[in-house]
This record gives sequence, C-alpha cells and structure tokens, in this order.
Amino acid sequence: MTMTATQQQAPGFLNVAADNWKLAIAVGLIVSIIAGSVLPPAASFWVIGAMVTMVAASFVVNAFRKHYYGGLLVSPAIAVLFVMNIFPLLWSLGLSFFAYQSSQQTMRFVGLSNYSKLLTDDLKAPELWANLTNTAMFTVLTVSCQMVVGFLLAVMFARQFPLRRYLLILVLTPMMLSVVAVGVFFSYYYDPTFGLISQMVKSWNGEQFILFSNKTGAVAGIVFADAWMWSPFVMLLVLAGLVSVPKYLYEAASIDRVGSWRRFWTITFPYIRGLLMLALLFRTIEAFKMADLVILLTKGGNDTMTISYHVIRIANEQNKTSEGAALSYLLLFVVIVLTNLYLYIANRRSQEN
Amino acid sequence: MATSTTFWEKLGFRKASGVSEAGWGQTLFAGIISLIYFLPVLLIIITSFKLQTEALSVPPKFFPTTFFGLIPEAYVFTPTLENFTSVFSRAFTTGGAAESTGFDRFFFNSMFIAGSSVLLALVIGTLAAYGFSRYPLKGNDTYLFIILTTRMLPAIVVIIPIILMFRIAGLSGSYLGIIFLYTAFNLPFTIWMMKSFFDELSLDVEDAARIDGSSELRVFFKVCLPQVIAGLAATFVFGLILTWNEFLFALLLTGVDTRTVPVAMNQAVAGGGIGVLWGLLAAIETLFLIPVFLVTFFLQNHLLRGVTFGTVKR
Repeated sequence: MTMTATQQQAPGFLNVAADNWKLAIAVGLIVSIIAGSVLPPAASFWVIGAMVTMVAASFVVNAFRKHYYGGLLVSPAIAVLFVMNIFPLLWSLGLSFFAYQSSQQTMRFVGLSNYSKLLTDDLKAPELWANLTNTAMFTVLTVSCQMVVGFLLAVMFARQFPLRRYLLILVLTPMMLSVVAVGVFFSYYYDPTFGLISQMVKSWNGEQFILFSNKTGAVAGIVFADAWMWSPFVMLLVLAGLVSVPKYLYEAASIDRVGSWRRFWTITFPYIRGLLMLALLFRTIEAFKMADLVILLTKGGNDTMTISYHVIRIANEQNKTSEGAALSYLLLFVVIVLTNLYLYIANRRSQEN
Repeated sequence: MATSTTFWEKLGFRKASGVSEAGWGQTLFAGIISLIYFLPVLLIIITSFKLQTEALSVPPKFFPTTFFGLIPEAYVFTPTLENFTSVFSRAFTTGGAAESTGFDRFFFNSMFIAGSSVLLALVIGTLAAYGFSRYPLKGNDTYLFIILTTRMLPAIVVIIPIILMFRIAGLSGSYLGIIFLYTAFNLPFTIWMMKSFFDELSLDVEDAARIDGSSELRVFFKVCLPQVIAGLAATFVFGLILTWNEFLFALLLTGVDTRTVPVAMNQAVAGGGIGVLWGLLAAIETLFLIPVFLVTFFLQNHLLRGVTFGTVKR
C-alpha cells in the first residue's frame, strides 16, 4: 500500500501544487530575503513566519499523500520546540558574539571578547567563580537533602494503611505551592522579630536570633526551604519504584531468612535505582537553575548569589544582553558536560549489572 | 502481628492492593510525620484568617478557638474572612473607597494560560509520542535525544532571545506568546512520558483491529488512547503543577492584562518586613492552591499508577 504511494510520479519543480515543497522552499527563501532587507523587523518577522508556514504546509500535504504518518505526527511538536526553544538558543549563541545592549540600538561584532572578558577580567572572573562555587554548593546540599528526605517519606508510604490517601496528599502539597509564596512565607518564618523560628530560639536562650546574619544561616535557610518544597517530587518517583516491587520476592526472602539490609540491596534497590537516578538528574538540573528562592529570601546578600540569578541581573537589570548570553552559554556548557558525564556513568553502571 | 480487623475492612479502610499492609500504628506514625511536613502550609492557611496585627503578634497566635479553655488566651486569634474579600477588592488608601484589585482577572489568567498550554502540550505531545513509538523516523533516537536535551537546558539560556523575539513580533504581554512558550516547555516531558506508555502497549490488539478493517485514526482513538488514560492524567498533573506556579517567564513576558497570580503576588509582596500584608498574601496563596490541590487529589490514583507504568522498564 505504502509502496505504490511512494512510487507515484513526483511533481515537476515549477508545477504549482499543494505538495510541491521544493518550489515552496525556493519561493519562501526569495520572499524572506527581500522582506528581511526591505521591510522593518516587526513586519518582516511576520512575512518570514508566513513563508515558513507555507513551506511547512507543503511538507504536511506531501507527507499525507505519501502516507508518511511518522513525520506527520511528530511535526507539530518539532515545530513548536524549534520556534520556542531551538531557534532562541541559536539566536542567543549569535548574540553572544556581539556587543549589544537592549537599552541602546547599536550592535557591534566583537567575536569572542564577551567570553574572554567574563573569564579573564580582574573584576568579573572572581565574581563568576564565586557564583559558580555557590551554585555547586547549593546543588549538592539541596539535592542530597531532597534525595534523603524523599526516600524516607517514600519508604513510609510504601505500605497500605488506613487514611494513606489523605496523608499522602498532605505531603504532596508543598510541591504545589507557588515559589513566590514559599519564598515569602519562609522569610516570614525566618523573620528576626516576629518569625516563628526566632521566637522559639528567643524563648530558649533569650537572645534575638537573626538567621540571615551570616552565610551559614542564609545558606541553611535557602536549602531548607528548597528541600522542603521539592522532596515530595523525589518521594513520588521513589514511591512508584517501591510499589512496583513484586510481593513474591519479599516472601521468598523471608522464607530464606534474608536480613533486612541485604533484602533492601538485593531486591528493593534494583527496582528503584532507575527512578532514583531520574530524580537525581531532574533535581540536579533544577537546582543548578535555582534563582527565585535566592531572590525572594536573601536577594543574593551574604554571599548567596547563584549563577542563574547573576545572569538575570546582568541581562535584565543591567540590560547587558550579549554579556548575559555569553554567560548563559558558559553555563550551558557546564550543564552539558555534567549531564554527559552523568549519563556516561549511569550507562556504564547499568552495563556492569 | 496484625490480626485483620474485619470491622475496618467493612468500612473500606483496607483495600486489596499489591503493596504490603500495615495497621493503624503506621497511620499514627505517618500522620504525625505528614502533619509536621504540612505545618508550613497549615500556617499559611491559618494566617489567611488573621488580621495584620495578629499575624505579626509575639507570641504567635496559632489557634482559632480556646478549645474550651485548654489553650491560653495569648495563643488564640479571632478568625476573620476579611482577607479573602480584600483579595478581590479593597481600599488602597486609608478611608478611601474599595477598588477592584484585578485579582479575579489574574486568577482567570492563571487558569486560562496554565490550562490551555498543558492541554495543548498534551495533544501535540501525545501525537508526537505515538508517532515516535509506532512510525519510527530515520534517526528517531537523535530526534528524541534533542527533545530530551531541551528539557535539560536551563530556562535562563533562552530567556533573552525570547524576550527579544516577543518584542519584535509584538507577542510580549499577549496570551498567545506565553501559552505557546509554556507549551514548548511542557512538550519534552509529555513526549518522553507518553512514548514510554505507548511502548508498553501490546501491538497484537492494534493489529487485530487493523485486520478487522479499522482505519489508522480509529486504531489510535479507540484502541491506543483508552489504554493510556493513567499516563495522560499523570502527565497532566505534573505539567499543571509546574506551569501553574511558573514565575520567571511570567514575570518577564506577561503584561498588565495577562499577568498571572504568582507575578501579581510578587508585586503585592514588594516592600518586605512589616509592610507586607501577610494575611492578604496568605489568602491569595490559599485560594491559588485550591484548584491544583483538587486536581491532584482526584487524579492521585492515576498519578501513582501512571508514574510506575511510564518509567519502569520491564
């Protein structure tokens, strides 16, 4: 059926037909180039958009006539991802080679100097390095807290007991809160005069307790709020793994009198390892991007600046767009290296077993 | 140890399931832990019923009543609903007339933007996942890896070009732009999750349907889709939670008319310390929590089953 369809005569190049994608690309390219050079940016954007739509439509008609369902089904998703993710990524890569500030209209090609400035400048390089180490510290602390707390909570909920359904939703609630509310209300709980924690400490030793007075306290405050909010996510994934362990394995283990420690490592752990790795990957990526809680709790004071907040500050508050883009790409590079390292280790582990 | 109490079974407290069972002792233990974990949320909800002076009082007032004289008066506040009414309209100057705060609009915006972008991502993503699963393309794995990678990238990397792009296209501050942006950010997760669901389905049923003369459309809608409802529910809940609370993009890309609740909440906070109207803020968050809490509660069973089914390879 598909064979006969693909053997149909392809339409001639100049034949105006709905599925003639070669002609569509040629016309689209010419019109886009003319529009880009003649019209103002706001208008040419829409003209180019229309041309892209035309080419896409010709591909869709072509795919449909040839029963090429795979491409047809996947194309909307690829299109949305391309416009909203991949295209902006390439754009910001291009921007990082220019000197451009969104408050001014000038644009000048400077090559790699944005990068070299960030890495070698006497003022900027130490700041970048300090922010990077802060981010690494936050990532390690919050992710390890989340993994431990999430795992323990999951173990608690892995058995069926009365009212389990209702208690589980209570534990899931922090994840549903808005980051803004978490940040603001934790600053309310941490407040030196009317905050709950300060009042508790005060009734104990009589002194006023200011959590954010030093770096340790500030970091602890941020890590606690973040770990509290996202441990339920880890719990949900681990719980899914724990629930999927077949019951007969535990029964066999109890007949063989296997100790509980050994039972965990040989039976339970293989079932949750994949999900633990997944939770670790997702949470590490998210922790690396952490900015909102820092903005809301300390505003970067007490040496708690993270790299993500630094990018926001440069690009949005100081309008140094291209410098922010260059910094983003340095950050992206670090994330890609770390992710590949992680995937490499994870793959090697799974091959060993 | 646990001799089965048929009385509770009759009440339906113990349902047959694959997980091992524990008794009320476990409920007590888990209840205490859960309540401690829930405490910060509970304090937000309690604060939403307090007036400003009571929210800032030392010692803190935790209880709405004295519980028949059990609790000392110093820890008791008089609950009020004033915060909830002033979320939507209040006087901005002392003694002035009550004005609308626009929060009804912001709540609508949040629901409209989050709802439509998650649904859109679900439709587009499910189609793509079905395509990836049933009609593999040349270089299928490469496409899938690129899609997964976009999920791994920090959102901050794309934010500057998106701001510029939206400014040029006139999309900043419009519903269309932010909805498509959120759709794109929900897509990788949706595709990845739904593909693993479609991969788990047995092909025999589909082939049987095809032999009986069902069209490809009919196979998709009548055979495949009903089998992955748990996955759709789980993906929907995860996407909704993340989109509902998204702050950074909403802050930079929504205008006055399309502002979502987290951004409006952040603006209500501005100032910090004693200047913040804590009761009002707590009331906003309490109201904001209700829809997503209800959705999660009613889809909870699907959520657990969905996560298991979608990620554990057999």
